[in-house]
Amino acid sequence: MDILANLSLGFGIALSPYTLMLAVVGCFIGTIVGALPGLGPSNGVAIMIPLTFSLGLDAVAALVLLTAIYYGAMYGGRISSILLNIPGDEPALMTTLDGYPMAKAGRAGDALVISGFASFVGAFLATIGLMVLAPLLSRVAYQFGPAEYFALYLLAFSTLGGISSNNQAKAALASCIGLMIAMIGLDPNSGLPRMTGGNLHLYDGIDFLVAIVGLFAVSEIFFFIESHGKSSAVGIKVDKVKVPWAEIWSTRWTMLRSSGLGFFAGVLPGAGASLGSFMTYMMEKSIAGEKGGFGTGVAKGVAAPEAGNNAAAGGALVPMLTLGVPGSGTTAVLLAVLVTLNITPGPMLFTERPEVVWGLIASLLIANFVLLAMNVPMVKIFVKILSVPPALLLPGVTMVSFVGIYSLTGSYFDLLLVVAFGVLGYVLRKLDIPTVPVILGILLGHQMEKQLRDAMVLSDGEWQYLFSSGISTGLIIASILGFIAPIFLRRILTKPQAVSD
Amino acid sequence: MSQLSDRIFGLAVILVALVYIASAMQIQVSFLSDPVGSKAFPIGVASVAIICAVVMILRPDEEPEWPELWTVFSIIISIVLLIGYSYALKPLGFIIPTAIVAGALSYQITPKPKFAVLSGLGLSLGLFVLFKFILDLGLIGFPKGWFV
Repeated sequence: MDILANLSLGFGIALSPYTLMLAVVGCFIGTIVGALPGLGPSNGVAIMIPLTFSLGLDAVAALVLLTAIYYGAMYGGRISSILLNIPGDEPALMTTLDGYPMAKAGRAGDALVISGFASFVGAFLATIGLMVLAPLLSRVAYQFGPAEYFALYLLAFSTLGGISSNNQAKAALASCIGLMIAMIGLDPNSGLPRMTGGNLHLYDGIDFLVAIVGLFAVSEIFFFIESHGKSSAVGIKVDKVKVPWAEIWSTRWTMLRSSGLGFFAGVLPGAGASLGSFMTYMMEKSIAGEKGGFGTGVAKGVAAPEAGNNAAAGGALVPMLTLGVPGSGTTAVLLAVLVTLNITPGPMLFTERPEVVWGLIASLLIANFVLLAMNVPMVKIFVKILSVPPALLLPGVTMVSFVGIYSLTGSYFDLLLVVAFGVLGYVLRKLDIPTVPVILGILLGHQMEKQLRDAMVLSDGEWQYLFSSGISTGLIIASILGFIAPIFLRRILTKPQAVSD
Repeated sequence: MSQLSDRIFGLAVILVALVYIASAMQIQVSFLSDPVGSKAFPIGVASVAIICAVVMILRPDEEPEWPELWTVFSIIISIVLLIGYSYALKPLGFIIPTAIVAGALSYQITPKPKFAVLSGLGLSLGLFVLFKFILDLGLIGFPKGWFV
């Protein structure tokens, strides 16, 4: 068995004490980041990236730490959803629907334990899915040429924007802003500067880490200044944490179904965890019917979205590792990590750097058990962290972001850019323009242009070349459908808004 | 009009995109060029941005809730502080600028003077110890020549 041999290679790396420690530290930080309202997986990972590099971790270690934070944040998001009725991050939004009513009924501990188990099942199955599906997909990816990659990037932009926003024009605009920013710097083909306005600082282009930290982390402080930190309402106390085995067992099919669907949603480029938790909640609600009592605080209503979003988190790693196209905002951030570490994701990664891929997968399996231990018996520690006042937390986050970028580049100009991106992020989010496509544009812009130009070099300028293979034609059609479909679907499926009390 | 924000933003995007296209036209082309060249992709992307902006102007969404004037003012103050921080970090070292900016930001979020001063000092010293001695990053604590 190939998989077993590879896994033993992976565990050989992951079980070294140093890597193991990084995974545990990552899980701990991640759960905190996820639990804190206003800090989600993408900004959590974003803040940590510059620090990781300044610490000089090698590729495997850095990836293990950051993906452990990613998984941890997906677990932690549910804590504030259940206790405060404020989702710790966007995918945890659906968990508020049944989690908060359960907490109000005095069953906060049960809700936390059930959702913790559901997160574990979802994440665990998704990691196994990743193990099986990723090598298969990487074989398909060998057939990808420039035309196919260009079509794939197109698909990522059209679906990512399409689902994460309420307005297609705004989503597409966000992608364009990102792509326009990516063009700044030296032209990769000719080596001549473009769009720099003669500013020497811009010749190297704009580092996407700067954009990520600005858009995700610094923009947050402006929102908290606006709300004067009011969002940290006094929550519900957790008394005793017992494990309601019977109830967990009663949700077994819900967890399995939701994991499957969530994983599928995660694998689709651009769909991501928010869609995963939304789809699974809706599916379970319709299966349970009127009698299921969804929305009044039932176990299945907590288990479904949590299994779904954690499974989607694992699924989103599949296209990121095999094709280099992220399936969600956070995997876009992780892609930035890979690129910065000089690792090119794609089919070659599996043959050339197997220790990176399988070390990562093995660490994820271990991280899952660590997270289960942290999130069920030790959940009270994280509940305490929710009471950190925003007036201390947000300045801290901002300072950590600045120091991270500063210690990485040592340039005041990059810090100014961080502030500029923070302001841009604030305005965009106010206008309901999604920020994830901006990041994706900055990240993939160079590659997208390069693939297009390579394709045209191959075909000597014949644009029909883009439709020359079945794969690329299919991807282009899918991206057009993926862009148009939400316009019609939106009448049926409205994006869920946070429940008002 | 209650949908002004989207329209203003759309207009701003169109202006920026036009400037962008204009400067893309100016890109120097090397003599060894590929069929697409350096100009086509930026111009194409900016054109799509213009189309999106036109759609935003024609079909704007509902107006978002903008903060009141006083809050806008305190957001602007914090932006200025952060810009100042960017310039100050290198010459003045980590501890003093961080204490001032962190304290000020804390005060902007929750206006409790005592708490703000304490979180400014605490964050500055705590983060310095964390970064310098635990994570071993090369930070400079104070301006050069103070404690040599």
